[in-house]
Amino acid sequence: MNKNIVLCGVGGQGTVLASKLIAECAMAKNTPVMSAETIGMAQRGGSVFSHLRMGEGLYSPMIAEKTADLIIGFEPGEAVRMLPFLKEGGQVIVSARPIMPITATLSDLEYSGEEMIAYLRAHVENLIVVDADKACQELGSAKVLNILLLGKAVFSGALGFSEEEIKEVIRQKVPEKFHELNFRALGYAKQHN
Amino acid sequence: MHREFLMGNEAIALGAIAAGVNLITGYPGTPSTEVLETVAKNRQENQYVEWSVNEKAAMEVAAGAAYCGARVMVTMKQVGLNVASDPLMSLEYIGVKGGMVILVADDPGPISSQTEQDTRRFSAFSKLPCFDPSSAQEAYEMVQEAFAYSEEYGTPVFFRPTTRVCHGYASILVKDVEEYSLHKAEGFVKDSKRWVIFPRLSYQNHRKIEERNERLSEVFSEYERNRIYPEEGENAGTRKGIATGGISFTYAMEARDSLGAVRLFKVTTPHPFPEKRALEFLEGLDEVLCLEELDPVIERELTYLCGKYHLPVKIYGKLSHHVRNAGENTRDSVAEDIRKFLGEPDNDSARHMGIEQEREAPCGTADKGQSAALAGEAELPAPPALPVRPPVLCAGCPHRASFYAVKKAMKGKKTIFCGDIGCYTLGNAMPMDMVDTCLCMGAGLGIAQGVGRIEPDTSCFAFVGDSTFFASAITGVVNAVYNQARMTLVVLDNSTTAMTGHQPHPGTGQTMMGEVVSKINIEAVLRGIGVQVVETVNPLDHEAAVECVKRVESEPGAKAIIFKSPCIAVVKASNALKASEDRCIGCKKCVRELGCPALVIKDGKVRIDDSLCTGCTLCSQICPTGAIGGGKNE
Ligand code: SF4
Ligand code: SF4
Repeated sequence: MNKNIVLCGVGGQGTVLASKLIAECAMAKNTPVMSAETIGMAQRGGSVFSHLRMGEGLYSPMIAEKTADLIIGFEPGEAVRMLPFLKEGGQVIVSARPIMPITATLSDLEYSGEEMIAYLRAHVENLIVVDADKACQELGSAKVLNILLLGKAVFSGALGFSEEEIKEVIRQKVPEKFHELNFRALGYAKQHN
Repeated sequence: MHREFLMGNEAIALGAIAAGVNLITGYPGTPSTEVLETVAKNRQENQYVEWSVNEKAAMEVAAGAAYCGARVMVTMKQVGLNVASDPLMSLEYIGVKGGMVILVADDPGPISSQTEQDTRRFSAFSKLPCFDPSSAQEAYEMVQEAFAYSEEYGTPVFFRPTTRVCHGYASILVKDVEEYSLHKAEGFVKDSKRWVIFPRLSYQNHRKIEERNERLSEVFSEYERNRIYPEEGENAGTRKGIATGGISFTYAMEARDSLGAVRLFKVTTPHPFPEKRALEFLEGLDEVLCLEELDPVIERELTYLCGKYHLPVKIYGKLSHHVRNAGENTRDSVAEDIRKFLGEPDNDSARHMGIEQEREAPCGTADKGQSAALAGEAELPAPPALPVRPPVLCAGCPHRASFYAVKKAMKGKKTIFCGDIGCYTLGNAMPMDMVDTCLCMGAGLGIAQGVGRIEPDTSCFAFVGDSTFFASAITGVVNAVYNQARMTLVVLDNSTTAMTGHQPHPGTGQTMMGEVVSKINIEAVLRGIGVQVVETVNPLDHEAAVECVKRVESEPGAKAIIFKSPCIAVVKASNALKASEDRCIGCKKCVRELGCPALVIKDGKVRIDDSLCTGCTLCSQICPTGAIGGGKNE
């Protein structure tokens, strides 16, 4: 089963860890996997993305436009930025919480992210919007956004992995002190569909 | 063998370890950094690792080890190769005994570099063989082969991945520890005729190098990674070919799968060029499209071969304006180039192709589906204006405070702020706007001195980070002191090499092997060089910092300020501050003057995003109404 996934957000949001966990799930099933991500200067508050591909017969870690099965957007504007990569009928899972760029603050621009969500609603049929503010508040941590979005992807069936498979990878790859919180985030993603 | 999910750079590192590398030196630089780091993390017994002061030093340390027969690797980015070019050019004439792989990561785009220079060209210039991997798996295997070639032919070799190979990941097959080769260096054998470079020796060796490279062209023609697709027999009738290499090869393969049959040539050793294999590829073709990033290296070689052998093959690429001559290739740009090449019968008039497909999109992001629009496909309507997100200094970054102090102290004076390479290059962003020049590592000092010669009434500042200070600024200070220049050196000492991921350096008191060593004190170094006025101050104490700048700048000659405060990523943040809604009058002074990303405006008043604020207190020190408090102040 071949799958192309784009993860995108703002430097520091945890897109890289999420893409690593998905890759580990694929490897646990002996599915070849490739990915590529932004590193370096762009990470300091800039737009970041990660391309992730699994399946046989791949050459390049990069995804072509209009071929992504799934976009996981950690920030509404960033999901819109990556939308040209989505294939027809592809799925988008997006956090509704905007991250205000300092350039906007300096030039007195308002950016609420709502416009971005509206655009996504208009052009993506298969869309899941995650109220990250509410979720993070209820979970008591802003650090679980990545697991929350990952959970949404798992429970929507978009990844083709089971809950137990993703849990096993978290157990192996994430420090133990975060297990409980991460499992709660998964539980939250499961309940609030 | 077992499978691991590895970054290209990690794969290269594990390949080097599997090849029994004895020593690895380097200087951090995106996208090369993780190679050395991974070797350090996974090193076996008798494998020595160091971050050197700069690429030149790294090259020299490695050369010494290779003289002893050790397998060595040096890592850097393309711009770093400029720093190392001095020892490199001579080293090729001397040659090595142990295998020496010089890893230089190129950065098409560029994504985080000053130039788009192409190491394949440097390879031809310096006469070193060059290996150009196209994927993480190939890089893993090929680096082991590169060591073998290096040893067999007694020459250092370039290993030249690009960003998407370095930072791409794949689930790849790697050796178990028991399968690693052990390499034992025999030690240095005195032989002044071999190791001491003399003009006569250079002449003799130059001749040998030219002969060797001709031989290598033949050898590489048999090297299975310089490959023609499809294998012999299939699609013999095709008259069109594509020549490519590196990551562009992977894009071309995927495009080719969907675009139909065409003969494809993968060039893995761009220098010495595998001439025989190339002739085999050109046989019977009418037209060839060259797809490569950075310089038209393959295109020039093929054009040359067509002339040399009077072949009636038209070669298209950057030189013929059929593809864009700068920037990174993408899956889509390559697919588009191939589609046009295969679809357009009259390629003679195809110059317009290059113009039409000019793209300005930053790497990896789609540019509003322009390529699809060209192909006449349905398009998404234009999205709402997207937020612009240039990289910025982090919330609480002490560099922000340092720049701000200098700006305040020098208000109304004629100044030049010479920047350098590191996080603090971001001091160029608004509202700081504090970087007037930036050329390459350590160059700020020289530029500051040069400007001061021509305009003695300008207050010349050179900003340099602590790691860059050790890397290449010390020499600039020596020059300033010796030649009596008038300038102010500002060392932004945040106790780490932040931009590339917090590597240790001589000022941090720790080595890459984990040893605790005595710190080299920057102030003492400066005094040792002869700088008379050196003051150290905490930039987060705003008033004291401004006073210090005024005091030091007014002194004659070369003087220095050290702004010392650790990077926010290496210390634990204190509590976030709070802005009082009652007391904030919405003057926005904090936002306008500091531009800290944690300061957000909501309903005309300032709020502090507590997930970002580190509690540095700078904003509270400049707020005219005392609206910001909490954190350390409470
Ligand atoms: S204290 Fe002020 S300047 Fe410092 S990080 Fe917090 S908001 Fe930014
Ligand atoms: S400087 Fe003080 S009063 Fe002015 S906007 Fe900032 S917090 Fe409000």
